[in-house]
Amino acid sequence: MFANFAVPDFFPAAPEIFLLAMTCVILLLDLTVQSPRRTLTFALTQATLLGCALLTLFLFVTRLIASQEYSHIEIIANYTFSNMFIDDGLADFLKLLTYFTVMATLFYSRRYIEDRQAIPRGEYYVLALFATLGMMVMISANHFLTIYLGLELLSLALYATVALNRASATATEAAMKYFVLGALASGMLLYGMSMLYGATHGALEIGAVAEQLRAYQELGSVDKTALVFGLVFIVAGLAFKLGVVPFHMWLPDVYHGAPTSVTLLIAAAPKLAAFAMTVRLLVSGMLDLSADWRAMLMLLAVLSMAVGNIVAIMQTNIKRMLAYSAISHMGFMLLGLAAGVSVAGQQHGLMEAYSASMFYVVTYVLTTLAAFGLMMLLAREGFESDRLDDFKGLNKRSPWFAAMMMILMLSMAGIPFFVGFFAKFAVLRAVVDFGHYWLAIAAVLFSLIGAFYYLRVIKIMYFDEPEADNAAPITAGFFTKTLVSANSLAVAAVGLFPNLLLGICNASLRGVLPKI
Amino acid sequence: MSTTLSLSHFLVLGALLFVISIAGIFINRKNLVVLLMAIELMLLAVNTNFVAFSSYLQDPHGQLFVFFILAVAAAEAAIGLAILVLLFRNLKSIHVDELDELKG
Repeated sequence: MFANFAVPDFFPAAPEIFLLAMTCVILLLDLTVQSPRRTLTFALTQATLLGCALLTLFLFVTRLIASQEYSHIEIIANYTFSNMFIDDGLADFLKLLTYFTVMATLFYSRRYIEDRQAIPRGEYYVLALFATLGMMVMISANHFLTIYLGLELLSLALYATVALNRASATATEAAMKYFVLGALASGMLLYGMSMLYGATHGALEIGAVAEQLRAYQELGSVDKTALVFGLVFIVAGLAFKLGVVPFHMWLPDVYHGAPTSVTLLIAAAPKLAAFAMTVRLLVSGMLDLSADWRAMLMLLAVLSMAVGNIVAIMQTNIKRMLAYSAISHMGFMLLGLAAGVSVAGQQHGLMEAYSASMFYVVTYVLTTLAAFGLMMLLAREGFESDRLDDFKGLNKRSPWFAAMMMILMLSMAGIPFFVGFFAKFAVLRAVVDFGHYWLAIAAVLFSLIGAFYYLRVIKIMYFDEPEADNAAPITAGFFTKTLVSANSLAVAAVGLFPNLLLGICNASLRGVLPKI
Repeated sequence: MSTTLSLSHFLVLGALLFVISIAGIFINRKNLVVLLMAIELMLLAVNTNFVAFSSYLQDPHGQLFVFFILAVAAAEAAIGLAILVLLFRNLKSIHVDELDELKG
């Protein structure tokens, strides 16, 4: 078994290897940087992410050309490290989005961490890069072991970033809660993996799991108890990481307690990686158990939409409000994964449903990025701008940024012709095609409840008077202002051409269904 | 009647360890160090499962997985203890009940 060891093909993992090498270099170089602005560290970090993007694009083009040479209808996927690592359409697209999300996150955070002496600067960039590496490994994982290692690399880096503000009691409390519940989630996921390992007779690779499950299905009378037992733990672990009810306890506390720059790092890019992990495990690996996991996802989705939207109304802190909003959005996204039918090998509407889910995640990440970016734009030294009251009369202070915030809130609420509407519409269409009308009705009702707290932010910005100590105009760099504006306008612009992004999501998911 | 240990004995042991660790996380309201111990115990429960299946199936991959879990568990403990030290500096206590500043 071990005699035929060959040197693996490192080429498909080139972006990961480049990022790892550069992160180590930046970690060492940062020791020599004296300036508190950390311009060198910042510039190198951004350049590294740009380099990763170019490498990923290069990999994509190479695969495209190779596919045409063999006149494949489908673009081929590259496997390496004994099939532990996969480079396919989903991996390339989500990785590119991850790089740009992290780049924007770091641009938005720059001034915020400069203003706060307590947050060590170099470490923030290095830990963000390690977290990005974890996300990339998760996105490209094709084996239980790589999924676990990617997840842990992401989580361990994030636990440390939450605690970066060492003097703050709330930040360390948030870090402790995140650590304990995150470790519990990893434990659940691992326990589920160990049960599946036994129940599938030693399958750890995603493709092998799918093959074994298909063999059981054709055999007919196989006892599925151990499989479903493992599946429950895997779904619970995924639910923890996505932050859906009843596994959401950590989310509001971590969003609230962490510095806003770190909250953005946790709120945006990791959602893409968590989506990839969910698709690889449940769709690529366990589509033949979909009757079982579909019911679990529906329950999680309805609970999340209910709890998320109703509890968000009672919040006075906007970071906490956005945390509950994240819970409800992740619930909505799960609806798409729960739709689509696969009975006895007959698949109907699967691709539409899964690409609707992916479209939802991508647009949610885009919107969240701008919302937290705007919040950091309004913050200044000694002032967090994270209470709803801090947004009072924003229109009088800066009509432009009030308009940007309005776009974001309208999109999150799902008002027509903003991108959030099309995301909700695509998911609901998949659910209705699937035939679960009650599920669609519940989703619409909870979205209506949710619209209240988004519209309240708009009311506060336009119709309330600014607080006396918070009436100064906004002082942010020109570049940050432009980037936040561009990001918010992108939310409106994608709403004008939703089919373009939906088409890309559909194309990138094409290779995900098990090929048996 | 056979008196040797079978696969199910080890699986039950793994399940018991797992339940003890979950109970340790949720029932324990006193000491954060005990909470970290419960997390380690949970990973060991998973390891027991993997080794039992690996030996039963005569497949070495499960045991390889265990090495990785052990290594990651060490890194996790390091970060957990670091956060614990920070928390003690800020709160002067490691009582679970005193982690109540954030709620709502």
